[in-house]
Amino acid sequence: MELDFSRQLHYWWALLPEIVLCVWGMVVLVAGVSGKHAPGAADPDEGGDPSFSGGADLGWLALVGVLGAAMANGWLYGVHEVGNTSMIAIDGFRLFSNWIFLVAAALTILISFSYVYRQRLQAGEFYGLILLASAGMMFMAGARDLIVVFLGLEVMSISVYALTAFNRRDKKSAEAGLKYFLLGAFATGFLLYGIALVYGATGSTNIAVIGEIVSGGTASPRLLAVGIALLTIGFGFKVSAVPFHMWTPDVYEGAPAPVTAFMSASVKAAAFVAFLRVFVVAFDSVHELWYPILWWLAALTMVAANLMALAQSNVKRMLAYSSIAHAGYLLVAVAAANENAAAGLLFYLFVYTLMNIGAFAVVIGVAQHGEEKLQIEDYSGFGWRHPLVGVALTIFLLSLAGFPGTGGFMGKIYLLQGAADSQLWYLMVILVLTTVASYWYYLRVAWYMWMRDSASSESETAYFSPLPMQLALIVTVALILYTGLFPGQAIDFARASVEGLGTWSR
Amino acid sequence: MTAFLDSVGYTGWVLHALVWLPVLGLGLVLASDEARAKTVAFWWSLGVMVLSLGLWWAFDISEPGFQMVSTTPWIESWGVSYSLGIDGISLFMVMLTTFSTSIAILGSFNYIKKHERAFYSLMLLLEAGVVGVFVATDVFLFYVFFELTLVPMYFIVGVWGGKRRIYAAIKFFLYTAFGSLLMLVGILYLFWRAKNVLGVPTFAYEDFLIIGLTGTEQLWLFIAFALAFSVKVPVFPLHTWLPDAHVEAPTPGSVILAAVLLKMGTYGFIRFLLPLFPDAAAHPTVVSTMLVLGVIGILYTAWVAAVQPDAKKLVAYTSVAHMGFVVLGIFALTVNGLQGGLIVMISHGISTGALFLLLGMMYERRHTREISDFGGLARVAPWLATAFVITALASIGLPGTSGFVGEFLALLGTFETHPIIAIVATLGVIFAAYYMLPMVQKVFFNKLETSENREVADVTGREIAILAPLCALMIWIGWNPTPLLERMEPSVRAVIERVEGGAGLGNAPDVADLLSVLEAGSVDGTPRTEVEPLVDDPPLLEEAD
Repeated sequence: MELDFSRQLHYWWALLPEIVLCVWGMVVLVAGVSGKHAPGAADPDEGGDPSFSGGADLGWLALVGVLGAAMANGWLYGVHEVGNTSMIAIDGFRLFSNWIFLVAAALTILISFSYVYRQRLQAGEFYGLILLASAGMMFMAGARDLIVVFLGLEVMSISVYALTAFNRRDKKSAEAGLKYFLLGAFATGFLLYGIALVYGATGSTNIAVIGEIVSGGTASPRLLAVGIALLTIGFGFKVSAVPFHMWTPDVYEGAPAPVTAFMSASVKAAAFVAFLRVFVVAFDSVHELWYPILWWLAALTMVAANLMALAQSNVKRMLAYSSIAHAGYLLVAVAAANENAAAGLLFYLFVYTLMNIGAFAVVIGVAQHGEEKLQIEDYSGFGWRHPLVGVALTIFLLSLAGFPGTGGFMGKIYLLQGAADSQLWYLMVILVLTTVASYWYYLRVAWYMWMRDSASSESETAYFSPLPMQLALIVTVALILYTGLFPGQAIDFARASVEGLGTWSR
Repeated sequence: MTAFLDSVGYTGWVLHALVWLPVLGLGLVLASDEARAKTVAFWWSLGVMVLSLGLWWAFDISEPGFQMVSTTPWIESWGVSYSLGIDGISLFMVMLTTFSTSIAILGSFNYIKKHERAFYSLMLLLEAGVVGVFVATDVFLFYVFFELTLVPMYFIVGVWGGKRRIYAAIKFFLYTAFGSLLMLVGILYLFWRAKNVLGVPTFAYEDFLIIGLTGTEQLWLFIAFALAFSVKVPVFPLHTWLPDAHVEAPTPGSVILAAVLLKMGTYGFIRFLLPLFPDAAAHPTVVSTMLVLGVIGILYTAWVAAVQPDAKKLVAYTSVAHMGFVVLGIFALTVNGLQGGLIVMISHGISTGALFLLLGMMYERRHTREISDFGGLARVAPWLATAFVITALASIGLPGTSGFVGEFLALLGTFETHPIIAIVATLGVIFAAYYMLPMVQKVFFNKLETSENREVADVTGREIAILAPLCALMIWIGWNPTPLLERMEPSVRAVIERVEGGAGLGNAPDVADLLSVLEAGSVDGTPRTEVEPLVDDPPLLEEAD
């Protein structure tokens, strides 16, 4: 099928996955308020099985929506567009990113079952918001217009603000929501101001058109420079790069654990793909202008986040800092801005989604009724009591640390290759040295799990994992090992996905 | 024998089998029950060992390069292939690995009391990783195996070790990871260069040999690689993780650590440092730095060993001293020196492994490792004493034992090029007697005073099965090293010729460039800021213009 965007109707086809998600999000919302749903219970022994009661039906319903969007996304591979100046792109980059968001949404829904059940959350709104947020992310990934980037960002952000504050019985959750909202609104202001200035400099909001004007040299250089700086701040906030990361640890710690998993994986991924597309397509010819900023941003993020993560004793907070550190690794790819780096970014985002959500799944299982047992001491001897889950968590941690045999390793190699192509040797050295630091805090969890005996029987953590959670664990472990042992296909897929995104002159 | 091996196509599959059979065994161990895990693991590892013995006959003595090579594409778009091969340098390392693993597993029957299935599966995983390191001929694959060995060892030390096990495990892990990650950047630099020179992405070892690196590049890469391997060896002053890891590790962990894990470092020297960066490796400053570090390692750790009250710690320090001889032999850059280094690697693997096993046996009997707690054990346990004395003498390097052959050749090779260093290093052999013999005397020959020592039992049948082959090997290599040497020689000679010939295949190496770098900053493993960086940063700016 060929889509010609001069006909407005064709946008409906181009936006099929987004539309499916939006519509299905509403369906889940409406189903949540209309039908009768048995409430969950704090203790799984009291009520029914969280896999099938207490809002679980809405969870499965939401999964159907994700599946529908996935089918629509697959269908788009057979679609070609005419020209490249439409508002929304139909290219491999967008579709690959969509896979990341869909996998993340599906996994998040799967690991939310027990949490929603035990905290008696409004399941319809919870799952509906996850679908809507994912739709916003897809807009960001596909946007060929700065306005669409902004709209996608807002759809995503507002849904995620609500999700962060979702657990209204929990003070921390409300605090995190407010904090995220205020700082997020502030950052959005920066982004919007940046868009306005870029428009002022070039007279267009279309990324491809901006790219032509900028490379033609007719754009006002000062206005453009300030615009790019403001855009960098806006995106830097969303990807939580140091020094725009201040909100991250508090928000990640306060938000409901499944939402934290969702945020640290998808929201970051969405911000990164939009970041990359805007900078590679629109500002490619002024690479020397923004490259030093990103160089320092990446270096600072890697060093600061890894050092701060060393001191954390709360697992959720440690994972928050770890996610900032990973943002640093990914910023290296944005700074390198070549074909390998872009492919590496996609590959890494995919693997990172898997391993991070996997790690959070175990944290949720350990966290009892919701937000307890989050200290690292609570994991003492955990591995020997629950060997399979222990091995799974160890695999996630090794993958996060970037160890051979896991997808995280291949992802890191891919990022490093991209950096090598742009000859960022110092940045590569910083990346690997900070990785050594990260071994410390990832392995610390492993040593508590396997090398320490639990202090008392009281502290012996009960692990709770209903069927959907087990499903999520199996899928993530399998995919991490697959991408770690046989990464060829995924690498080629990522590589093919970034073809034609930029000119890749470097 | 050769005919039989040919009839089963031995050379076609043996290397794959040696890597993957232990992984299969891991599954079997996990599937068996807790009580039977050790027998399954032992017989399986023994089978792998017997399988590896065929290499002795199947190995083609006249071939200097890799043989039994097989290459399968693994990650095609990166040019990574799963390619295995073996040459005279790795042959004995592989056999040492399979041998030590089965001995170590047999030696842990009484020592490991908890989580046995997990322990033995980790041992087998470790074996697979180490064999992989020695047979990989793709640099990416090598790196994967090199890193993979860290994880099982981390858990072996951390879960089954002594009181300070967690500290020792994490120290071991961070030290080695620090080195190897810098090497990763070096490998990726080589990959990038190879891609630009050859036009295709490749990680193959042979391809890295022909990309014609300049002197400056060689020097920086040499530093990155040398750091990774020096931590592993360990070369003074990067050795501080070793005593901790050795002392805290359970007996089988110490055995594997001493016997094969350290050898991965010196193997890396021979396999990568010398052939890939010949101009850097042969540069006088680099050579003398490495030789001096080797000698300091020999002398300094000998003195430190002499004052250790803990027998296991003493043996741990002797490891550093022995590895100093290996470094000496390698950087003598002579055929004799390199062969001597290889024989020390084998001999140290056998004798130090045996010492750790013996100390483990004594610990099982007395629950102490303090030298002063023992005394006069030779009267109650004569066979234990005999084995210990043979092993200690081999460790010192008495003529007629394996230690002598290796150290003699290493010193001889060093003397050919650096006589003064060789003379100083010879003192190390005397010091070895100085730290080892008093320990033997205090433990086995002084008065039998305490009642606990009177009740020490002599070796059991299982322990004889462990010690007999070890002692036999020490003496056999000591009297008849020729079969080993003739198998090593072609490959060793090829390495030395490569170093002497320089990297002069692609571009001519820019030795003047190298010299200027060396004068600006010293080559002691730390990059100096005043040295011109390899590539000016940011390079993109220049290209954009």
